Amino acid sequence: MEGSNLLLPGYLSVGLFMFIVGVVGVIVRRNPIVIFMCIELMLNAVNLTFLTFARFRPSPALHDVADPQIYMSGQMMVVFVMAVAAAEVAVGLGIIMAIFRLRQNVDVDEMNLLRG
Amino acid sequence: MNTEMMFFGALAGMAMISAIGVVAFRDAIRSALCLVVNFFTLAFLYFTLNAELLGITQIVVYTGAIMVLFLFVIMLLKVSGPGSLQEKPEIKWFLGGLCGLGLFGAIASQIMFPFLKSENAPPVEGWGSPMNIGKALFTQYAWPFEMASILLLIGIVGSILLAKRRI
Repeated sequence: MEGSNLLLPGYLSVGLFMFIVGVVGVIVRRNPIVIFMCIELMLNAVNLTFLTFARFRPSPALHDVADPQIYMSGQMMVVFVMAVAAAEVAVGLGIIMAIFRLRQNVDVDEMNLLRG
Repeated sequence: MNTEMMFFGALAGMAMISAIGVVAFRDAIRSALCLVVNFFTLAFLYFTLNAELLGITQIVVYTGAIMVLFLFVIMLLKVSGPGSLQEKPEIKWFLGGLCGLGLFGAIASQIMFPFLKSENAPPVEGWGSPMNIGKALFTQYAWPFEMASILLLIGIVGSILLAKRRI
């Protein structure tokens, strides 16, 4: 089958593209909320890559059993990435709110509170 | 060119375009709405990968909870709208794009070619079903699961601590 061979590189390309767009967004944007969104974009790209590799694993003939339990690690990783992303967003947006209250300005290019 | 590839192509195109929209729009609200579209499309990509439970979790957690949090903070901070935080066209947009292109080329040239010859594995029955995920999560991965719950608890306490004016 010609078409199905291209699915794995296709999914990986989407993941890679989303990751790169996230990296560029973190570099170029000045709004910290949009920077957080770009970090979410990168985390989701990694999730997609994990699921792709978990789905297109080596064929079950190598293991001679088709028990789903031995292919679970990719999906478990995605579950934990989602949990960490939720915690990260809650704390990060709290920090942005605290900085906004302190400075009335959230431009990351003008934040130099930690400069020595 | 079968139906699966066409479906994947449509979803992938939507995901890529909305990902560009997140970075390209100047207004934070529009970026957030693009991100909603992106996460939704990603959930459907998970469905095409036979990971049904994770696709539903993606919709509930990301497009439901996290994006509402983002939109609330945008509303509270008033960072979008006239007279506030304008994104100016600068040299760093060009440099950032160049950096991204270089990174894309570097990673793609390393990882893409070995997978072009890979064969398509048939899906395992019940791989993404709630029963199998629950079984794995509460037996083999019970310890990381508890760690994640502690992390979320610390996140809740920390965000309350940061957001309150006076304890």
